[in-house]
Amino acid sequence: MKDEVQTPEDRSAKLKGLGTSRRRVEDARFTQGKGNYVDDLKLDGMLFGDFVRSPYAHARVKSVNIDAAMALPGVIAVLLAKDLEPLSLHWMPTLAGDKQMVLADGKVLFQGQEVAFVVAEDRYIAADAIELVEVDYEELPVITDPFKALEPDAVTLREDIAGQTEGAHGARRHDNHIFLWEEGDKEATEQVLSEAEVVAEEMIYYHRTHPCPLETCGCVADMDKVNGKLTLHGTFQAPHVVRTVASLLSGIEEHNIRVISPDIGGGFGNKVGVYPGYVCSIVASIVTGRPVKWVEDRMDNLMATAFARDYHMQGKISATKDGKITGLWVHVTADHGAFDACADPTKFPAGFFHICTGSYDIPVAYVGVDGVYTNKAPGGVAYRCSFRVTEAAYLIERMIEVLAIELGMDAAELRSKNFIRADQFPYQSALGWEYDSGDYHTAWDKALKAVDYDGLRAEQAAQLEAFKRGETRKLMGIGLTHFTEIVGAGPVKNCDILGMGMFDSCEIRIHPTGSAIARLGTISQGQGHATTFAQILASETGIPADSITIEEGDTDTAPYGLGTYGSRSTPVAGAATAMAGRKIRAKAQMIAAYLLEVHDGDVEWDVDRFVVKGAPERFKTMKEIAYAAYHQPIPGVEPGLEAVSYYDPPNMTYPFGAYICVMDVDVDTGECDVRKFYALDDCGTRINPMIIEGQVHGGLTEALAIAMGQEIAYDEIGNVKTATLMDFFLPTAWETPNYETDYTETPSPHHPIGAKGVGESPNVGGVPAFSNAVMDAFRPFGLRHAHMPHDHWRVWKIARDLGLHS
Amino acid sequence: MSETTSQMNIKLTVNGEAHEVTCEPRALLIHVLREDLNLTGPHIGCETSHCGACTVDLNGKSVKSCTLFAAQADGAEITTIEGIANPDGMHVLQEMFREHHGLQCGYCTPGMITRAYRLLEENPAPTEEEVRFGMSGNLCRCTGYQNIVKAVLAASDQMAAQKEAAE
Repeated sequence: MKDEVQTPEDRSAKLKGLGTSRRRVEDARFTQGKGNYVDDLKLDGMLFGDFVRSPYAHARVKSVNIDAAMALPGVIAVLLAKDLEPLSLHWMPTLAGDKQMVLADGKVLFQGQEVAFVVAEDRYIAADAIELVEVDYEELPVITDPFKALEPDAVTLREDIAGQTEGAHGARRHDNHIFLWEEGDKEATEQVLSEAEVVAEEMIYYHRTHPCPLETCGCVADMDKVNGKLTLHGTFQAPHVVRTVASLLSGIEEHNIRVISPDIGGGFGNKVGVYPGYVCSIVASIVTGRPVKWVEDRMDNLMATAFARDYHMQGKISATKDGKITGLWVHVTADHGAFDACADPTKFPAGFFHICTGSYDIPVAYVGVDGVYTNKAPGGVAYRCSFRVTEAAYLIERMIEVLAIELGMDAAELRSKNFIRADQFPYQSALGWEYDSGDYHTAWDKALKAVDYDGLRAEQAAQLEAFKRGETRKLMGIGLTHFTEIVGAGPVKNCDILGMGMFDSCEIRIHPTGSAIARLGTISQGQGHATTFAQILASETGIPADSITIEEGDTDTAPYGLGTYGSRSTPVAGAATAMAGRKIRAKAQMIAAYLLEVHDGDVEWDVDRFVVKGAPERFKTMKEIAYAAYHQPIPGVEPGLEAVSYYDPPNMTYPFGAYICVMDVDVDTGECDVRKFYALDDCGTRINPMIIEGQVHGGLTEALAIAMGQEIAYDEIGNVKTATLMDFFLPTAWETPNYETDYTETPSPHHPIGAKGVGESPNVGGVPAFSNAVMDAFRPFGLRHAHMPHDHWRVWKIARDLGLHS
Repeated sequence: MSETTSQMNIKLTVNGEAHEVTCEPRALLIHVLREDLNLTGPHIGCETSHCGACTVDLNGKSVKSCTLFAAQADGAEITTIEGIANPDGMHVLQEMFREHHGLQCGYCTPGMITRAYRLLEENPAPTEEEVRFGMSGNLCRCTGYQNIVKAVLAASDQMAAQKEAAE
């Protein structure tokens, strides 16, 4: 055989396994317009559904008249809450243990809320019919401020649970209160703060924004009344969860529901939840016996499905005079909108916000989070981050900056002084996490050196002097961040969604000629799973990645898994993939030993084959073994070569990174230009460096958007002011800088291949880096903190308020 | 209202093929392309002509087909992403987007490539700045544009090299 003379390195390179910048297998179809997104689907007799939405943020629905709409030719049905009530589908459970109206049941609680579902022959007729549905509203007082919502005389928003003093997450102290969730030692922390040499305190608002994937949410429900099977195609980041929830809600047995996530045009957390559109489409298909498509338009998407953030965070951090942090105290007022529809693991109503001690060795800490109802859309999803981790990272990275100001200390030095040291891992944080691995000092020093930190500070000082002399109207800001993420939810012992444990899965089938198909419980939304999971398997099984098909997203064929969000695909499904590959290899070892006529223990693995120990010329390749597995009787061994692995991770993974942003801030226009951005990421073992870099570029750009202008803003009567891309900021190629990427590699000790996940790190670390840069520019003039987003107007106001315009 | 709306016949040449379509005067070009002609490459992302996912080439100009009535395109020559490839294989832009990882979820990609095609027709040797400005009508949520820009510049180089080789 020709490859007998190849070196192990040659053979390894051919596999395109771990560490290879393998080009993506997905791209051929996407670049030629042959992707298959849900709105591309066209089924015989398909109807189109669309919502009548509330123009009011809080109102009683006194009556709905559908007569004129129903009279319009081409209108098949108009569903109201009363039509769903006999099926108990007028309300649905949320992932957070609350319930949410599917269609307005007596009142509406946010602008854009679903009131009626119109089903028509096409989308134009549906749009006409929406105009013909007459809804009589009686306006009620609107609350868009969570602090006002908790005032004693505030109007009760959720009349359905008025007076209930117990919620899904413990006691409620007000009708508009959802929960108080606490972690850490409050008393000890307050004691430390009261005795501390230095305490820095700040109120930090992380504004409401939205994941806004380029493809909106949508589905096609197809009830086949002949064989009793419901097929639901949709933009689902967690198709198996959708199947289980659909079964529990509808009463249709789970084997009669098939959920298919086709190609998904970005998710970023927007496509985790279950939305009224899915429920109404299913009901409409059952009622009409025809497939029903529902696809949001952009306004629907921004107004109604899955906002993110909206955390008012009060932080206090204490330290010694020389900058050793002694304690952290945080209280969050969390605006959850009209229904608590956060997509967090059930036991964590504030997600993993208690990662907020960040990269620092903080001996004592306390976090309390009050969840509050307001007249805003429900959601609270993890927008390109693990659950509430980006809020946590922003909080601590701002508090460090504020503390540095208080201490009169350089913020880089303050960080370095307080990092968890490499020898402290595994590290037990004061708020209960066990960090798996890290080497923060090495990463930090590499980053500071790469950007010539001291040189930058000198340049900044020179520019400040030039500014003071009137030679320039621009200030220079240096934004620092060292973030620690917590991803890979998660261990079933403490991570579940409505009781569904957050393991994941991989099923692999090797074909007789030595190629393979593997199916997973996750679903790619652009992350390139079909490319990278094949690389993991290539390294584990010796089958070239190019000979492995990866399939996800069809619940009839894929093994059960909890889906793709919170950077969990690599830490959980990637681990399952490696473990399934190892099962394949274990069986292959027995077969190889039999074929080579030696004991199992006498062969060893070598890239793509088993060789006889001490006799490397005697071997069987995986390709040969696969054929024998099917076509040669082997005593005591079943025919075939398949494996399945369900992986329950023993711990989360803790990726980290060091980001440095250099920003030029024009004090007269408020314009901020990113001059330089350096991003060092440590995501453990790197599977595909090209894809990692792409994830970092994309996540940083989303962070740029959030920090610099993107928000879901409401006026005082609950109108959404940012419901189109005219007002909702998505950066173009013109505003977006080039990024320099770098890495260190600290493998996770508990993950089979040491990988940690990376997709969300750049958003988690990027937001504080951009934001810190803006505020650092104004630090010499006494600015401690200013709320995001730092759009031109707000930055201009900072300069004005600091007297820089006179 | 649809029962009173007159239907009209329009003629379109799409990717070199002549079509006659019967549609309402208010029908948007993107819907006619996607639903009547089954060309689902161009996508809908915003309905307000901000995102460019629906970009097609119309009479030699990049056009956002979500904010154009099909009737306005009567008689036009249209190229969609499905018509970008050469008969003998992928267009160099398609190859370079793959080579330089200029796409992730793929949703913006048809519009991006269709726009880049016209950009390079108009300016075969753009600078990075010209690419960034020329592509700024097309939004991408995944890539941060860096690799898209790289892909367009690489395609420009390759096309120049091919042209030189042919001469």
